[in-house]
Amino acid sequence: MSGDPNMAPMIGAATAEQEAIILRERLPWWRLLMRDRFALVAALWIFVLLLCFLFGPELFGKAANALNLRGRNLPPGSIEQGWMMILGSDALGRSMLARLIVASRNTLSVALTAVVLAMVFGGVLGLIAGYVGRGVGHVIMRFADIVQSFPSLLLAVVVLYVLEPRVGNLVIVLAITRLPVYLRVTRAEVLEIRERVFVDAARALGGSRFHILSRHIAPVVAPTLLTIMTVDFAIVMLAESGLSFLGIGIQPPEITWGLMVAQGRNYLNQAWWLAFLPGVAIMLATLSANVLSNWLRIVTDPVQRWRLETPRDSDD
Amino acid sequence: MTDAVTDAGAPLLEVTDLRVEFRTGREIVHAVNGAGFRVAAGETAAVLGESGSGKSVSAAAIMRLLQSPPAFVTGGEIRFKGEDVLTMPLNHWRRLCGQEIAMVFQDALASLNPVFSVGWQIAEQFRAHGQYAGGEAGERAVDLLARVGIPDPANRAKDYPHQFSGGMRQRVMIAMAIALGPDLLIADEPTTALDVTVQAQIMELLEDLREETGMAIVLITHDLGVVADVADQVSVMYAGRVVESGRVRDVLGHPAHPYTLALLDSVPQALGKGQKLRPIVGSPPDMARIPQGCAFHPRCRFATEKCRSEAPPPVAVAPGRFAECHHAEAVFNDR
Repeated sequence: MSGDPNMAPMIGAATAEQEAIILRERLPWWRLLMRDRFALVAALWIFVLLLCFLFGPELFGKAANALNLRGRNLPPGSIEQGWMMILGSDALGRSMLARLIVASRNTLSVALTAVVLAMVFGGVLGLIAGYVGRGVGHVIMRFADIVQSFPSLLLAVVVLYVLEPRVGNLVIVLAITRLPVYLRVTRAEVLEIRERVFVDAARALGGSRFHILSRHIAPVVAPTLLTIMTVDFAIVMLAESGLSFLGIGIQPPEITWGLMVAQGRNYLNQAWWLAFLPGVAIMLATLSANVLSNWLRIVTDPVQRWRLETPRDSDD
Repeated sequence: MTDAVTDAGAPLLEVTDLRVEFRTGREIVHAVNGAGFRVAAGETAAVLGESGSGKSVSAAAIMRLLQSPPAFVTGGEIRFKGEDVLTMPLNHWRRLCGQEIAMVFQDALASLNPVFSVGWQIAEQFRAHGQYAGGEAGERAVDLLARVGIPDPANRAKDYPHQFSGGMRQRVMIAMAIALGPDLLIADEPTTALDVTVQAQIMELLEDLREETGMAIVLITHDLGVVADVADQVSVMYAGRVVESGRVRDVLGHPAHPYTLALLDSVPQALGKGQKLRPIVGSPPDMARIPQGCAFHPRCRFATEKCRSEAPPPVAVAPGRFAECHHAEAVFNDR
């Protein structure tokens, strides 16, 4: 209105030309990872854990079981007894570093499998309960109620006592006890999402039930489940350590971080690091998974992605 | 009533005496009370009405989108290409949806999935109906975006719904709806959320597409201007009934129902110059407590004792023209 001729096209609706805004550059995922320092550190740590998981037991298996009765309960931070003892040694003089590395495989495989199983089955049941509703939904929800109202530790003790305390059984028990969380969250989200117009639009354009659930609803729920999964990761590791402590989880000489915490508890007065270091390992693994999942959530959310795509002053 | 309508051949879509009610805990809301209209192949039929007149509910009933409960279709018949929509198996109907009949909604942002790129979503139409796979579906999607007038379609296909403006989103939605070449497109207030210039562009696009593909359009709107511009036939809805129907020029130029007359009087752009605006007195009826007799009588300046007690039958005031009013002839000959 001020008489500036350049202002004129801005008034009113966007024309086709204005619509063709310059597209933001699409960065590859590793560039986006570089933009988020925390996520980068977390990703590196996960990568280290992955290496331990893949090669640890083969490379350090011997060191983890080598007794050294002259070097019992060595405190961490000294390399007089060789660099393997940098994190100290346990009551039998075994290298803590080697044991932590070797234990990573059992710990991560049990926790990861249990969490993924719980998420997949809980998620699918939740989708059905939320979308189909009524009869089937009620049956599924009552199942969730039963699982949740039954003390999970008691369930685990009973099941693992009756069956053998094998890794497979342990994973299944842990998965079942965590399942209601995913089921309820998924159902709650589905109840909200299915009322949205895009679901109606998908139906109006001929989407079948399965199509709508798998292609329209599940992808919207997925980021939430992923976030819960990373938190659950820690809970499952601790639950596993509790069961191992009771003697019905992983059986020695197999080791897990949880079992190491449980065993180290006896020496808390003399050698705090026996329980502390595996505890730190659990915490760091969980924290990294959490940070990384948060990054992943932002990257996979088209509405949030710009936060990482817009360069900050400090980088580039 | 139906045999007097002089359309050639069987209509593409025929809605007869449709009744939909919403049963809430306390009351029953009669959203649609015997609405009927028909759409011939290739024509644009407008359904005109205020908020709450049952026009969108009728559309949802046709597409079988109503959640039951609370919504129940309690009567009437919907025939699409001669097939009874309400009684056919839902699977069968869902297969027709998208391929032969499609729908565009008012809020295009809400009707697009926020987590997928628009190109992917359009291509999904082809994949879901098993027409094209992977890469070819993607190319078709880009073609469609170009066809609905999105600049730089190859790049824009990778963008997400929130990165488009309102008008462009509605274009994307239209592209999705016409992807499989439906014979009938139901547009539920497609331009209501847009500003006036963009409205005109979208209506123009719909018109072009109709001419190009020969599909019929059911245009649900409360905008008299839009109806006057693009529609062939119009059905005016009030309190869940079609109170007047006929060719657009006839109905808007020479209304036979007091409600249509009142609507025209209350809208500035539909009038000639120099006339005063006269808003319709009162407010639309509570659909749980629709007045006895003619639902419009409390707001009608022609109302007589008969209107309060007796529901008016449809009166054929001219060939192809109907009005549900005891005084239709009087109103028709009024001007």
